Amino acid sequence: MMKRREFLKHAITVVAGLSLPLAALRIVQPERLFAGQEDLRWIFLVDTHKCVGCGFCVRACKIENEIPYDANVTRTWVERYVVTTDGETFADTPIGARDGFTDRRIDLGEGKFKEIKDEEIEKAFFVPKLCNQCDNPPCVQVCPVGATYRVPDGVVLVDRDWCIGCGYCIMGCPYGVRFFHPVYRVAEKCNFCYHRITKGLKAACVDACPFGARLIGNARDPNDPVTKTVLAGRVGVLKDEYGTKPWVYYLGLSKEVR
Amino acid sequence: MRNHVWRPLYLIIAVIALILLVRTLVVPEDFGSHESGYMYGWHRKGNEAEWQQVKVKYQTSAYCKDCHREMYDSIGKSPHGIIPCEDCHGPGAGHLDNPAKLPIDRSRQLCLRCHAQLPSPSSGRSAIRGIDPAGHNPEAECSLCHNPHNPTLEELP
Repeated sequence: MMKRREFLKHAITVVAGLSLPLAALRIVQPERLFAGQEDLRWIFLVDTHKCVGCGFCVRACKIENEIPYDANVTRTWVERYVVTTDGETFADTPIGARDGFTDRRIDLGEGKFKEIKDEEIEKAFFVPKLCNQCDNPPCVQVCPVGATYRVPDGVVLVDRDWCIGCGYCIMGCPYGVRFFHPVYRVAEKCNFCYHRITKGLKAACVDACPFGARLIGNARDPNDPVTKTVLAGRVGVLKDEYGTKPWVYYLGLSKEVR
Repeated sequence: MRNHVWRPLYLIIAVIALILLVRTLVVPEDFGSHESGYMYGWHRKGNEAEWQQVKVKYQTSAYCKDCHREMYDSIGKSPHGIIPCEDCHGPGAGHLDNPAKLPIDRSRQLCLRCHAQLPSPSSGRSAIRGIDPAGHNPEAECSLCHNPHNPTLEELP
């Protein structure tokens, strides 16, 4: 028979012994878990008030990043939201808004269109979408081969040589920004135009926007205009509840936007 | 111990050795967790440079300014001055070597991107003067009447 005192002593030893290795692992190199670059973290700001749905950003992106122009896939796209006085929400993005929005009818897909009268419209606006370069990217977590990864400056890249095309990341992304590249047959996504931002240029969509609705900046620079707006302005992110910690911020988000 | 215990054990060791051998042959040397950490950082280091080497196509309007200074200044004063040159003229890469390579997009579709009238009360679109594409001279190229570089309605012929 074991005495109560002895039992408690042993129990404490066992619990302490079990928890020590776990704690030790965390103490050794905490920076390895949240490693990043000290002086550079790319951040994106979309001002939905300024967007008019011209789609020049989508066109520029497709050409700059060599995404087959007529294939219905794109790294960035613009969504139109129309909320009626009845409280119904309609959203469409015909071929990703590559050619902008020129039809007042809502494209419901499969060749069907929805006509909404002017007086029935409560609000209507455009929302550009792109990769959020998350701090906790679910797409990277699910990759079985290490073909997609986060660079210390925050951008998530895909290794075209290493990707096996299993499609887990495409399913894993809650924002739906990933797709199969029709030519390379691997996963493809927006990378903030990595070849441009590393050369001191801005992303192609940012340069193509006539209205300044899309801005890119460095979150580690307190004097960066984007960082200032995000820190001091009223901004929102998409699907915050997923815990992905996205780095694309929106001005003028509405609850209808998903 | 008996043979029937050792033999499968040898087999398992051989399989593990084979897997390790194949791994060292197939996985490149620069594959690892690197500075991003082991959470999201496993990758082939060389791939970062591969992405940086993608060719830049859009050169921005500052690039056009060097040769087309006059155009750049005059368009800058017009309402269309906010539109980057390459939005209508196409990406400028290779233009210096082959000036003819830059085709001008004069299609109606290009102008309609902004000027097709849409009911969008909660966006900047409503502040842009728009037309009904089916009613306003359909089939005609906009530049027949309108000067895209100075689009004031007052100076129309």
